[in-house]
Amino acid sequence: MSDFEPVIGVEIHVQLSTHTKMFCGCALSFGDPPNTHTCPVCLAHPGVLPVVNEEAVRRAILIGLALGCEIAPRSIFHRKNYFYPDLPKAYQVSQFDIPICGRGEFVAVRDDGSEIRVGITRAHLEEDAAKLTHLGGRRAGAEESVVDFNRGGTPLVEIVTEPDLRSASDAVTFLRQLRQTLLFLGVSDCSMEEGSMRADANVSIRPVGSHGFGTKTELKNMNSFRFLERGIEAEITRQEGILRDGGRVSQETVHYEPETGHITSLRSKEESHDYRYFPEPDLVPVAPDPGWVGELRGELPELPLALRRRMVGEMGLTAEDAEVLTESPELVAYFMDAAALADPKACANWIRGELRAQLREVGTEPWESRVSPAHIAALVDLLGAGTVSVPAAKEVLAGMIETGEQPDAVVEAKGLAQMDESDLAAVIDALVEANPDQAQQLRDGKDKVIGFFVGQAMKQTNGRADPQAVQRLVRAAVLGD
Amino acid sequence: MALRDLTAAQQLAALAAGETTSLELVDAHLAAVDADPVQAFLAVDADGARARAREIDALPERPPLGGVPIAIKDALSTRDIVTTSGSRMLEGFRPVYTATCVDRLEAAGAIVLGKTNMDEFAMGSSTENSAYQNTLNPWDHERVPGGSSGGSAASVAERQVPWSLGSDTGGSIRQPASLCGIVGMKPTYGAISRYGLIAFASSLDQVGPFARTVEDAALLLRHMVGRDPMDSTSLDWPGEITVPTATDLAGVRVGVVDELMGEGVEPGVRAAVEASLGVMEDLGATVVPVSLPSALSGLATYYVIAPAECSSNLARFDGIRYGHPIPADNLLDQYELTRGELFGPEVKRRIMLGTFALASGYYDQYYGRAQRLRTLIVREFAEAFSGVDLLASPTSPTVAFPLGDRTADPYAMYMADVCTIPVSLAGLPAISLPCGLADGLPVGLQLAGPAFSENRLLDAAHAVEGALAFDTRPPGLMT
Repeated sequence: MSDFEPVIGVEIHVQLSTHTKMFCGCALSFGDPPNTHTCPVCLAHPGVLPVVNEEAVRRAILIGLALGCEIAPRSIFHRKNYFYPDLPKAYQVSQFDIPICGRGEFVAVRDDGSEIRVGITRAHLEEDAAKLTHLGGRRAGAEESVVDFNRGGTPLVEIVTEPDLRSASDAVTFLRQLRQTLLFLGVSDCSMEEGSMRADANVSIRPVGSHGFGTKTELKNMNSFRFLERGIEAEITRQEGILRDGGRVSQETVHYEPETGHITSLRSKEESHDYRYFPEPDLVPVAPDPGWVGELRGELPELPLALRRRMVGEMGLTAEDAEVLTESPELVAYFMDAAALADPKACANWIRGELRAQLREVGTEPWESRVSPAHIAALVDLLGAGTVSVPAAKEVLAGMIETGEQPDAVVEAKGLAQMDESDLAAVIDALVEANPDQAQQLRDGKDKVIGFFVGQAMKQTNGRADPQAVQRLVRAAVLGD
Repeated sequence: MALRDLTAAQQLAALAAGETTSLELVDAHLAAVDADPVQAFLAVDADGARARAREIDALPERPPLGGVPIAIKDALSTRDIVTTSGSRMLEGFRPVYTATCVDRLEAAGAIVLGKTNMDEFAMGSSTENSAYQNTLNPWDHERVPGGSSGGSAASVAERQVPWSLGSDTGGSIRQPASLCGIVGMKPTYGAISRYGLIAFASSLDQVGPFARTVEDAALLLRHMVGRDPMDSTSLDWPGEITVPTATDLAGVRVGVVDELMGEGVEPGVRAAVEASLGVMEDLGATVVPVSLPSALSGLATYYVIAPAECSSNLARFDGIRYGHPIPADNLLDQYELTRGELFGPEVKRRIMLGTFALASGYYDQYYGRAQRLRTLIVREFAEAFSGVDLLASPTSPTVAFPLGDRTADPYAMYMADVCTIPVSLAGLPAISLPCGLADGLPVGLQLAGPAFSENRLLDAAHAVEGALAFDTRPPGLMT
C-alpha cells in the first residue's frame, strides 16, 4: 500500500463545433487543404479587429450551466502575449481574471455507483492556435516547420477543475462522463483523436492524511483516455520514486511516451513565459442578458447522469442498460422514442442487444438504420402478445433492417407467426418417432438432449415454434409429463 | 481661382454646377501631388484615381462626395495600394482589404490620390520618425508639420488635396493641424470604425478628418461615422453629423482649462488663444476658467497605456506573413533580427516601455495605476462638462519647431501633445482650428466637448472660424 495520495486536477480544452471561428467569419473545418479557411482577421493582417462569435458565447454559457457554474454578468477578454509561429497576432485572445463561467461542480459516478464530486474552478472562452507540422524530425530537430492557419481562431472553451481527483482511474471516469455531457449539449465533437477535446492533468502527491499540496507537474498532450490514465499512473509512480529517494519534485511540464511508458520533461515552469496579460482593448465586455441566460438554462437537454438515474429509478432498467443507452444523445433519443410506445425494459434489451449486434455487422447505428423506434416498440408488442417467438423475432428484426417494413409485415412475408399448438404437437410427435435414440436418452435422464429436439423443431418450422412450447411438448410425448 | 484653391464644398458646388469634372479636379491635384514640394506623400495612385474619376463623371447622378480627391494617412489599409504605416517593416506591403472608413468615403464618391507620410506606426509628433522621409511644414520648409499625421496635414495646407484622413491617438490629428494652420478633428472614441487602421494604441486610436474649413471637416466626418460590424468598439452615432452654420456663440459656456494655459505654453501661442477667447466672448459665449487637476498627469498616463498596447499590437510584425523577414538560423534569431533591423528607434523605445509596463510584478505599479489615473481623468472631464459646454485650450503649446530640434530629446517631443492627450484619454471629441499666427506660424485652438458633441463642436468652431477669418494659405504658396 502506498504512503502517498495523488492529487489531480485537469484542464480540458474543448473546440466548439460552431460554423465559424471565434473572432472572424471563416468556416471551421477539419481535414480540408491547409490554409483554405483564412482571412485578414485570423491571419492577423495589419489593421484588423476581432469580433466575438455569439454562438461561441452561447455554447460557453451552455457548458457553464451544465457544469453548475455561475455565469458572469460581465466577463472580459485578455491578451496573452507570446511569440510563436502558430499565433499570428503574437497574442492569444483569452480570458484571465474574469471568465465567462465561474465556480461549479460536476458529479461523475464510478462503476460501483459511488460518486466523484469534482469542483469546477472556471470555464473560459479563447481562440485556438494554428496547427504546426514539423517535417523531418521533432520540434528543434525538424528540417522545416509548416503552419496551417485553418485551425487558427477556432473557438475553445477551457474548463479547469479543482484538484479534487485522487486516482488516475477517477480522472478518466470524470473525463469520460464530462465528455459525454458535452456531447449531449451538442457543443463540440469532443474527439480526442482529432484534437477537438484535449486534456492536461496537474499531478502531485502528498503523504496520506496530509492536507497540504505537493509540487505539481503538468502532464500534457494526451490524445486518448487510455494514455492519459497510464500517463497519470506513470507520473504518480515517478513522483513517489523521487520522494522515497529523498528528492524533490520540480514544477515542470511532462510528457508521457506511450511506446515506452516513460515520462519525459518538456520544459521547466521556471523558464516559463511572462505572458503580460492585459485587457483586450479591441473587444467590449461580454455581458449576456440575464433573460437570455435563463432561456439557455431552459434549453439544456436532460444530461446523462440525470437520465441514467431516471432510467433505473422510473423505467426499470439496470444500471448497465442505462450506461449503454446513454452512450450518445442519439441513442438516448432512439430508446426514449421506443420506450414511450412499449415496455421500456424490453425495448432496452432489444435495442442494446440484438438490434445493435445486427446493425454492427452492416456498420450502422440504430438512428441511421431503416428500423425506427416505433418498429422496435411494435416488435416488442408482438413478442409480448406471443405472436412471434424470440428466435423468430430476431429474424423479423433482420427483415426490418433489410426492408424497413413494419414487423407484422415481415412476419407475414416470412411466415414467422408462431404455430398453433396442435400443429406443433404433430411436428413433435413425428420428431420423437423419427429419433428413438435421442428419445431414449431423455428417458435415461440426459436432459441436455432436449436441445436437440428444440433445434430440430425450430428447423422444421422455420423458427415459427415457441422453444418453450417445444420443450413442454417433447417432454409430454417422451416422458408422458 | 485655381481648382486647388477651392475648398471641398466649393469643388462639390462646381461639380454640381457642371463647371468642372472629377477628372479635372483629380488632374489638378495630382500635379501638385507629383511635385510634392513638402514631401507629404509615400504612395500615389494616379491611374486608379483617374479611372475612378472617369467612372464618377460618367454616372447619371453624382454621389454625395462627387468625385473630389482625398489623401489618406498611410496607417489606413488600402487594398492594392502600398501601405507601410511609415515603417520599413511594411515596405512594399499591398493590403488585401480597405479600411472601413476609406471604403465608406469611396462609396460616397471620394477619390483616393495617395497615401501620406507619418511617424512610424503613428509614434511621434513631427513625422520625423517616418522610415522614409521628412515631411516639410508648408509654412516654413525648415520646420516640422507636426505628427504623427504630418503628411496628411501638410498635403491639405499645401493644397495638394482639399481634405485628408489622419489618425489621432494622443493628438496626431489635432497637433499637426495646429502646426500647419488647418482644421483637424478627432471624433468621440468609437464614432468611426478602426477596422483597417493599423493599430498603435487600440483604446485611444481614432480616425478623423483634416480640412481647410470646418464645413469640409463636417462633410467628411458625416460619411464615416457609425457602427461597423467589423469593429466591436465602434458605436452608432446618435443622429447625423450636420453641416455647421452657426455664426454666433450665444448661450455657449466655454471653460478655459487652467492647467493647459500655464508653463510651457509659448507666449505667442497663449496670446493667440487668448485673443480667440475674446472673439468667442464677442460672439456671445460665456468664458470661464475651469480646472482639470489631473490633466498634466495625462502625459505620464498616456506614456504607460499607449506603449503597453503598442508592445502587443506590434508583436505581429515578424516579416513572415507579410513584409520581409531577415533570415537567420533559428526562429528566435529571425524574430530578433527582423524586428531589430526593421523597427525604428522610437518604435523600439515604446515597445520596450510597454513590455516593461505589462511585465508580471510591475503591472499594478504601471499599467494598473495608469488605468486608474485614466478613470480619474474621465471623471474630471465629466465634472467639467457639468458646468460648461466646451473646453478650450491651445492645441499645441508651441508653433511648428525646426526639423531636428527635438529628435534627440524624446521628452521634449512628447510634450508637444500635452494639451491633446487628456482629451484622448477621456475618449472625447475635439477639434483644432487655426486661430492666429505667432512669429508668422499658425497657432491652433483646441475645443473639446462631451461624447458625441461633434455637432456642437463643429458649430462653435464654424462661428469662431467666421469671426477670425484666418487665411489658411501658407506664405509663398503658388497654386
